[in-house]
Amino acid sequence: MSQDPEATGGLLLDMRSVQKKFAGIPALADASLQVRPAEVHALIGQNGAGKSTLIKVLTGYHRKDAGVVLFEGRPFEVASPHQAQVSGISTIYQEINLVPLRSVTENICLGREKRRYGLLDWSAMHEEAERLLSRFSIRLDVRRPLGDFNTATQQMVAIARATGFSARLVIMDEPTSSLDDREVAVLFDVIRQMKSDGISVIFVSHKLDELYRICDRVTIMRDGRTVRSAKMQEIGKLDLVASMLGRDAAAVEGHATAFGARDHVGKAEIMFSSQELAAGQAVRKVSFQIRKGEIAAFAGLLGAGRTETARLVFGADRPKAGEMSIEGRPYLPARPADAIAAGMGFCTEDRKAEGIVPEMTVAENITLALLPKISRNGIVDEARQREIAERFIRDLGIKCSGPGQKVRELSGGNQQKVLLARWLAMDPKLLILDEPTRGIDVGAKGEIQRLIRRLADEGLGVLMISSELEEVMEGADTIFVLREGVSVASLEGESASEEEVLAAMAHGSAETAENAGE
Amino acid sequence: MRQWPMVAQKRQRTPVSESAKQSVAARGSRRGFDIYGLLSRYGTLIALLVLVAFNLAFTTNFATMQTLNVNLTQVCTIVIVAIGMTMVIATGGIDLSVGSLMAISGALAPMIFMGKILPIGNIYVAVAVAMVVSIIVAGLLGVFNGWLVARFRIQPIVATLVLFIAGRGIAQVMTNGNLQTFRVPEFQWIGLARPFGIPAQVIIMAVLVVIAAWAINRTTFGRNILAVGGNETASHLAGIPVSRVKLAVYAISGLCAGLAGLVVIAINSSSDANLVGLGMELDAIAAVAVGGTLLSGGRASIIGTLLGALTIQLVRYTLLANGVPDAAALVVKAGIIAAAVWIQQNRTA
Repeated sequence: MSQDPEATGGLLLDMRSVQKKFAGIPALADASLQVRPAEVHALIGQNGAGKSTLIKVLTGYHRKDAGVVLFEGRPFEVASPHQAQVSGISTIYQEINLVPLRSVTENICLGREKRRYGLLDWSAMHEEAERLLSRFSIRLDVRRPLGDFNTATQQMVAIARATGFSARLVIMDEPTSSLDDREVAVLFDVIRQMKSDGISVIFVSHKLDELYRICDRVTIMRDGRTVRSAKMQEIGKLDLVASMLGRDAAAVEGHATAFGARDHVGKAEIMFSSQELAAGQAVRKVSFQIRKGEIAAFAGLLGAGRTETARLVFGADRPKAGEMSIEGRPYLPARPADAIAAGMGFCTEDRKAEGIVPEMTVAENITLALLPKISRNGIVDEARQREIAERFIRDLGIKCSGPGQKVRELSGGNQQKVLLARWLAMDPKLLILDEPTRGIDVGAKGEIQRLIRRLADEGLGVLMISSELEEVMEGADTIFVLREGVSVASLEGESASEEEVLAAMAHGSAETAENAGE
Repeated sequence: MRQWPMVAQKRQRTPVSESAKQSVAARGSRRGFDIYGLLSRYGTLIALLVLVAFNLAFTTNFATMQTLNVNLTQVCTIVIVAIGMTMVIATGGIDLSVGSLMAISGALAPMIFMGKILPIGNIYVAVAVAMVVSIIVAGLLGVFNGWLVARFRIQPIVATLVLFIAGRGIAQVMTNGNLQTFRVPEFQWIGLARPFGIPAQVIIMAVLVVIAAWAINRTTFGRNILAVGGNETASHLAGIPVSRVKLAVYAISGLCAGLAGLVVIAINSSSDANLVGLGMELDAIAAVAVGGTLLSGGRASIIGTLLGALTIQLVRYTLLANGVPDAAALVVKAGIIAAAVWIQQNRTA
C-alpha cells in the first residue's frame, strides 16, 4: 500500500481502503484509487486482482463492505449503474452494452429522451446526437441502426452517450481489445479531447504500450490490494509488470513474451497446406503451409481475413475455391466435426460466444469434444471424464475449485486454458489458436505462450492468429502475412524483422514475399 | 495466506457435530447473498412440502390413498408431456404443438383398434398396432417440428405454432369432428388398470421420469442437449451434431405427447379431437418453468419438472378441496409461474 504524497485535495475521485467480500472470500482487501480532474488514469492488474470489483463498487453494482469513496469531495454511494451515470460516472464496457437494433440517436439518448407535448422530439434528439459526436469529429447517419457500424464506431457512440450524461469520469474497460491500430489512434484522439474538456478517464487495459501512449498516472492492483500508484513516465514497463505479478523485476527481464527458444523445424514434413483458398469478400487468395511441430502465425490488420481463413480450415465455413490437404491427402471439411475427425482443434477468438458453455462444469467443458471417445453405448464414463479433467487442471494449472466448478465462475485466462484443454484432450495434430492470449492477464499469458511452444516441440502443428505483433514475432516459426484476404508474404520467424512484417501488412510489399497474391 | 492451514487444522480437530455446526453457520452467512440460488434449487420442493403440510392440517381426508391416486392420475399426462418439453427447452427451444399432437394420436388410435381404417381380427394385435402407430405418428410430427427448427432455423415458437394450429385441425378432419366412444379394456388399461393398486399411467410416468433423468445426467445425448442449449455455436465447433440433437428432442417431445394422448382417451373412454390435450402445452411449460429448468436453455432438471407439475396440481387440488372455484385456481397457478421465473432471474450464483 503506498500513499501518494500529492494526493491531498483537488481529487476528482478518492477511493480509500475499500473492502468487499463475496461469500466470505475477500475480492477487495485494501483497494485505493485516486483520480484527479482531467487525467487519464490507468488501472491495471492481473485477472482476479480486483479491478472489476473496484469498478463495480464505484458504479453501484456492488455495495462496499468498508472504506471511503469520495467523488468531487463528497461521499459517493450509488445503488445502480444508472444512478452512477446520472451522478457523472459513466462506464464503457468491453462488450459494448448498447442496443444494436436501435438507431445511433436512440442509443445516445436512451434514458434521457427529449420530449415535446409528451411525445418524443426526434429532430431535437438527432441534433443532440450529432452535436455530441461532432465534438469528436465523428460524422455519421445517426438515424441508422447502431449495429450497422463497426465496433470502433459503436465505441465512439458509447463515449458520446457518456458525455451526453455530462460525465466527469468515464471508465473504459479494455476499450481497444477489438480495435485495429488506426481505430486505436482515433479513440486516443477522442480521449485527449475528453481530457481537454475536463473529463477524467479510468483506462483498464492489458496492453502496456497503450498505457504509455495515453495515460498520465497508473494504479496497480494485486490480490485485491492497491500495490502501487505512480506517474506513468516514472515507472518502467518492466517495473510495471513486476508490480502486477508481485515478482522481482529481474525475473521478467529478457523476452516480452514467454514462447522461449525456437526449435529448428525447417525440414520437418508438411502437415497442412492450403492453395489459393477463397470464400466471399474476406478471403480471396490464401496459401500457406504448416509443418509438423511448427508454430505458424497469421499476421495482419483487422479485416485481413485471418479468422475467416481459420474458419474455412476448420470447416465452420465452406470455401468457394482453393484446395486444402492434410498430411498429403486432400481435405475438404463440410462441418467442424470433419475437421475434428481429421485431427484438428480450434480455439476461437471469442471465448464467451463460441468457446465455453458457461452453465457446464470445467470437466464437462474440457470433455465436450471428447464425449464420443469417453462414452460407451452412449453413456458417459464419469470416472474417465473426471480423470481427464483433473489431469489437465494439473498440467495447465487451471485455477478452479475442482472439475465440478461451473466454468462461468472462472477468470478469462482460466477459461482459455479450459478451451485449450478441450482440444489437447483430443490429442490433435493441428491446433488453430485465434488470439489465444486476448483479454488475459500477463501471468496467464506467459503460461499459455510457454504451453504453446511446449506443445509444438512435442510435434503439434499450431496455427496462431494474433494481433499482438510481438507475440507473432517471438512466437512463430513461420509468419504468413495476410492483407485484405490475400496471403502476401511468408517470412521466417527467426530472421524476419518487425519492419518487414509491418511493411507487408501495410502495403502487401513483395520485398520479402514468396507467394504474393497478385 | 497463513490463515488457511490453521483453519484446516482446526476443522480436523473439532468433533464432527461441532464442525458440522460451523459449516452450517458459514453457509448461513452466505445465504443472504445467494438466497435466490437456494430458492431456485430447492424452492419447488419447499413449496411442495408447504402445500402438503397445509393440506394435512386443513383439508379433510387429505392423507388417504384415494387423494394420492386422484392427484397422481391427474398429473400424469402433464408430467409425461413435460418430460419431452424439458428436453426441448433445455436446447433453448420450445414446443407449442404438444396438445395438438395429443389430439392426433388420441384420434388415430381408436380409428385403428375399432377397425375403421383396416380390419384387424385379433383385438390384442389391433390395440398394439393402434398404440404403436399413433405414438410413432406423433413422433414423426415432432421430427417435422425439429426439421423446421434445425434445417431452416425457424424460431421454435413459430415453427411449432404450425402444428399447434394445424394439428388439431388434422385431428378433427380425421374424425369428421365426431366424438369417438369405445369400451375396450384391452386398450384402456393404460389409463384405468391398477397393478398393485397403483394406476398404470403413474407407473409409466415414473419409468419415463427415471429414464429421462438418467439420460440427461449420464448419457452423451443428455450432455449434447445441455451443450446445445448452453452455447450452440461452441457446441457446433466442438463437433456436436447440433441439428440431430434438435431433431431428436422434438421427436421425443412428439412421442411423449402421443403417449399422453392415449392415456387421456383411455381414461375418458372417448376421444374428442376438440378437447384432447387442450391447453396442455401451457401446463407442460409451466411445470418445466416451476421445476427450475432454465427457459433459455443449458440447464435441465427432470425431477424438478416432476416436482413442478406436482406443485401446480396440488395447488389446484388444495383450492378446489377448500371450495375455491377452478377459475380462481388459474390465477394462483399464474402467480406460481411468475414467482418461479422471478426467482430464476434473480439467481445470482
